[in-house]
Amino acid sequence: MNAPPAAPEDTRTAVVEDRRETSRGPGRFLRWDATVGALLIAAFLVGTGTTEGFSDTANLSAALNDTAEIALLALPMTLLVVAGQVDLSVASMLGLSSALAGALWDAGWTFETIVPVCLAVGLVGGLLNGWLVTRVGLPSLAVTIGTLTLYRGLASVVLGNKAVADFPETYAQWASNTETVPGTFVPYPLALFAVLAVAAAIVLHGTGFGRALFAVGAQEDAAYFAGIRVKRLKLILFAVSGFVASFAGIVYTLRYGSARADNGLGLELTVVAAVLLGGIDFDGGKGTLGGAVAGVLLIGVLNNLLTLNDVSHEIQVIVTGALLIVSVLTPRAISLLTARKHP
Amino acid sequence: MSTTRTTLPPPTATRTEPERTGRSTAETVLRVREYSIGGALGLLILVTWLVNPSFLDDQGIKDLLLNSSILVLLVTGQSVVVLTRNIDLSVGSVVGLTAFACGSFVSGTDHGPLTLVLLGIVLGTACGLVSGALVSFGRVPALVVTLGMLYVIQGVDHAWAHGEQINAATVPDDILALGSGSVLGVPYLPLISAVVLAATGYFLRTYGSGRELYAIGSNPQAARLAGIPIRRRVLAAYAFSGAVAGFAGALWLARFGTVVADAANGWELTVVSAVVVGGVAITGGVGTVWGAALGALLLTTIGSALVVLKVSSFWEQAITGALLLAAISTDRVVRSRSTRALRKRRRQ
Amino acid sequence: MRSHHRSRLLTVTAAACALTIGLAGCSGTTKRDAKDDAKEKAQNAKADPDAPLKKGLKLAFLPKQINNPYMTVVDKGGIKAAKEFGGKGKEVGPSDAKASSQVSYINTLTQQRQDAILLAANDPNAVCGPLKTAMKQDVKIVTYDSDAGKDCRHVFINQASSEDIGRGLVKDMAEQLNYKGDIAILSATQNATNQNTWIKIMKDELKKPKYKGMKLVKTAYGDDVDQKSFQETQGLLKAYPDLKGIISPTTVGLAAAARYISGSKYKGKVTLGGLGTPNQMRKYVKDGTIEQFSLWDPAELGYLGAYAAAALSSGQITGKEGEKFKAGKLGEYTVGKDGEVVLGPPTVFTSKNIDDFDF
Repeated sequence: MNAPPAAPEDTRTAVVEDRRETSRGPGRFLRWDATVGALLIAAFLVGTGTTEGFSDTANLSAALNDTAEIALLALPMTLLVVAGQVDLSVASMLGLSSALAGALWDAGWTFETIVPVCLAVGLVGGLLNGWLVTRVGLPSLAVTIGTLTLYRGLASVVLGNKAVADFPETYAQWASNTETVPGTFVPYPLALFAVLAVAAAIVLHGTGFGRALFAVGAQEDAAYFAGIRVKRLKLILFAVSGFVASFAGIVYTLRYGSARADNGLGLELTVVAAVLLGGIDFDGGKGTLGGAVAGVLLIGVLNNLLTLNDVSHEIQVIVTGALLIVSVLTPRAISLLTARKHP
Repeated sequence: MSTTRTTLPPPTATRTEPERTGRSTAETVLRVREYSIGGALGLLILVTWLVNPSFLDDQGIKDLLLNSSILVLLVTGQSVVVLTRNIDLSVGSVVGLTAFACGSFVSGTDHGPLTLVLLGIVLGTACGLVSGALVSFGRVPALVVTLGMLYVIQGVDHAWAHGEQINAATVPDDILALGSGSVLGVPYLPLISAVVLAATGYFLRTYGSGRELYAIGSNPQAARLAGIPIRRRVLAAYAFSGAVAGFAGALWLARFGTVVADAANGWELTVVSAVVVGGVAITGGVGTVWGAALGALLLTTIGSALVVLKVSSFWEQAITGALLLAAISTDRVVRSRSTRALRKRRRQ
Repeated sequence: MRSHHRSRLLTVTAAACALTIGLAGCSGTTKRDAKDDAKEKAQNAKADPDAPLKKGLKLAFLPKQINNPYMTVVDKGGIKAAKEFGGKGKEVGPSDAKASSQVSYINTLTQQRQDAILLAANDPNAVCGPLKTAMKQDVKIVTYDSDAGKDCRHVFINQASSEDIGRGLVKDMAEQLNYKGDIAILSATQNATNQNTWIKIMKDELKKPKYKGMKLVKTAYGDDVDQKSFQETQGLLKAYPDLKGIISPTTVGLAAAARYISGSKYKGKVTLGGLGTPNQMRKYVKDGTIEQFSLWDPAELGYLGAYAAAALSSGQITGKEGEKFKAGKLGEYTVGKDGEVVLGPPTVFTSKNIDDFDF
C-alpha cells in the first residue's frame, strides 16, 4: 500500500508533512509497542490472579506453542511491512511445505533430506514473489494474493487428498509442547523463535540494512535517490519470508504430526493482524520488532485466557478485531488531543 | 509502482483540457487493460466452448451470469474504495452478516423483496460508515481498520447465528423469486449487478465528485490543495462499498435461500484480487469499475471452465493462481510499454 | 554486481541447507523407522458394568466448528443427555473447521479438568498428541461424527457404520438408475476424513460386477461451502452431459446440488442421492428433484456420545470390545471392534415420511 507520489515536489511536501506529524504525534507521549507490551504483562498478571490453571506450566507451554507458526511468520512479515510491503502468501507456503514434506515422507525419503528440500522450495517461492514485485513491478499485495492461490493449489497438487502422519517421534517431540527447554516452560519451537527474534531485532534496529528498510518504507523514491538499492532489498525480504514460511511449515507438520494440503489455511490474515497489532505501521517506515513480538504473544495469551474462562470463540474474534482498531486509533486520538492543546 | 501514477485516468485527463490529442492516446492506453482482460475472458470462453459446446447453451450462459453477479456487485463497491487509495477487507463479513440478518428478519414472514433489499442496504451502509469514519476521520490505515472490522463483524455475525441456519422453506417465495426469476430469459441478479455497475461507472466518469475520487487516490496532497473534501469523499466511498455489500447480502439470501452465518466467508481476498486483475491499481487513482467487473467475470469463469474442461480437482486452484499472476504480469508489461511509447509520442 | 549478489544468495541457500542437514544429525530417519516407535496403549483398568453413573460429570463437546448447523444439533442432543443424568455439558470450539484451532481447545479443556472431552475431529492425526496428554490426566475421550486415531481416544461413536453408508448410497443410486449410467460424487473438502472413507467404500462397491453398467466419472469437491458446491454441480453437469446421477455424501453438498437441479433443465433427468437433513431437503423432495436421501438423527448421535462419555467416566466401560452400557432412551449399546459404537442404521427419507421429522 506504500505509494510514493510521482513528482519530486510532492515527495518533498509529503516528507515535511510526515515529520511534522511524528514530532507532535504519539512518539512523544505514548509508544504503542510499549503499550502492547504492557497489555501483555497485564493480561498475564490478570490471568494468573483470576484464572485457575492459567499460570500452570503445562498450560503456558501449550498456549505459547500454539503461537509458534504465527510468531515465526510474523518476523519476516514485520520486516516486510516496515519496508511498506506485505506477503500474503506465507500461509500457503506453509501449507505447500507441509504437503511436500508429507508427500516425500510417504515416498520413503529420509526426514533429513526432506527439510532442506522444503526450505529450498520456500526460498524459490519467496524469490518468485520478490521477482514479480521488483522486476515486473507489481504491488506486493496483488502479487502475493496471486501466489497465495498458486502455492495453496500446488500443495493440493503435491499431496492431493492424502493425509500423512507418523513423522519421526524424536522430531515430533522436539516440536510438541510436552518437551520444553530444561528448567523453563518454553517449548523448543518458541525458544528457536526467541533466538530468531533477537537476530531479526538486531538486523532491523542495529544495522544499515534495517535502517534502509525504514527508509524504503517511509519514502521509497527518496530512499532510492539516497543510494539504497531498493529492489535488491525487497528481493531479499521476500526470499527470507518464503524461506521462513517453509520452515514454519515443517514446524507445523511436526507439531501436529500431520501433513495435509490445507494446513495453515487462512493464517495469513492472523499473522498480518498480529504484526499490525504490535504497532507496525502498514504505510511503512514505522514500528519496532519488539512491538510485533508483543502483538503475537498478546493475541496468543488473550485467546488462551478467554478460552479458559469459557468465553466463546466468536467473542475472541471480536476482541481481536477491536484490539486492532484500538491499536491504530489510540495513538491517533492522543496525537489529536495533544495537538489541540498545543496549537 | 511510481510509474502507474504517471498514467492519468480518463477523468483526471479531462482536466488537462489543452492536450486534446494526448488525451485520446492516453485513453487508448488505458483501455488496453479492459481489452486485454476482455480478450483473456473471450479466449477462455472460446476454448471452453470449443471443447464443450454446451458451456454456452442457454443454461450455461445463465449459470455464468448468475455465478458472477454477486461478485461483480462486491467488486464494484471495492473498486470505488480502492480508487481512493484505500481498501475494504470487511466486505465478506458484511455480506455474511446482512445475509443472515435479512434471513432471520424475513424468515417465516411475508415480507417482500423491497423490505429485504432496504434492510440489507441500511445494515451494509451502517457497517461501511463505521469503517469509513475510522479511516477518514480517524486517519488510520485502511487495511488495519477494515481487517479489524472484518473480525468484529464476523464475530458479531457468528455469535448471533451460533449454528442456526435459515432454511429456504421458511423464506417467502417472493424473495426466492428475486434470486431465481428472470425477465425475458435474463435472470434478475445479473441485471441488478449490471445496473449498479453502469450507474457507478457513469457516476465516476461524469460527475465531479466521482472524478475527485480518482484525484484523491492519485495524489492526496494535490487533492487537498485543490480543495477536495477528502474525508467526506472517502467516507462516502466506504458507505457505498458497505451499501453494495449489504445489497449483495440481501441478494445472497434471495439466491441461495439456505444461509448459515459464514456466507461469503473469506471472500475479501477474492474481491480484492478481482479488482486488481481488472486493472484498478491497488495504489489508487487508476482503473475503472468496468475493468474490475471484467476481472470478476474472469475469476468466476475460470472456476466454471476448469470443471467443464475436466481438469483434475487437485489442479484447479494452482491453475487459477497461475492464470491470476499471468494476467496481472502481462498487463503490467503491456502497459509500461505503451506508456513509454506514449511518452515518446508526446515528446515529438 | 548483480551476478555477485546472485551468487551470494546461492551461497546463503547452500549454507542454510547444509546447516539443517547438520543440525538434523547424521543418521537418516525414514518412514519405516518411525512406524515402529509409535503405538503404545496402556489400558488395564477393569470395567465394572454395574457401577452407577457419577453425578455432576463435566462434559465438553468440541465440534468441527461451532457455527455448523448440523454440529449444533448434535451437541444440543448431547447437552440434553448430560442434563438427564445430572451432568453438565457445554459446547466450545473454533468458528473455523481447522485442526490447529481444535488442538488449542483440547489443551485448555484438559487444563480445565473436564471429566470427558467429546470431539468431532477435523484432522485425525493432528489432534492425537494433545488427546494423549489429556488421557494421561484421566480425561475420557469420546470421538463422534469424525474419528481421531484409534490410540488417541477411548470410544468412537459412529453415526452409522461406514460400510453401511458407503455401500448403501451406491445401492440406492443403482436401484434408481437401473444399474446403468455415469455417476459423479460431490464431496466436502478434499481432506474431509469421513467423506474420503465413504468414497473409498463407494468405489469398492462399484467394482462389483452388478455395477458394470455404471461408471464413476468424477469426484468433485464443494468444500462444504454452499456456493462452491452449487457451482461444482453446474460444472459436473456441463462437463459430463451424459451424467445420470450425483451422490453427495455431505448435507451442504446435497442441498446445494438439489437447489441447482430444481431450478435448471436437468430436473427430472438427473438422479440425486446422498446425506441430507429433512429440513434442508423438504422443498426438493416435494417438488420432485430428489426421491430419497438418508441421514441419522444428529441429536441422537450427541445423546449417545454423552452417555458413552458418562459410562467411561463412571468406569462402566473402558473402551474394550464387547463392553455394554445403557444410553438412556436409546437403550443398550455394545462397544464394537476398535472401540467403535454404532448409533444404528441411517433413516431413509422420502416424500412419505419426511414430514415426520424436524431437524
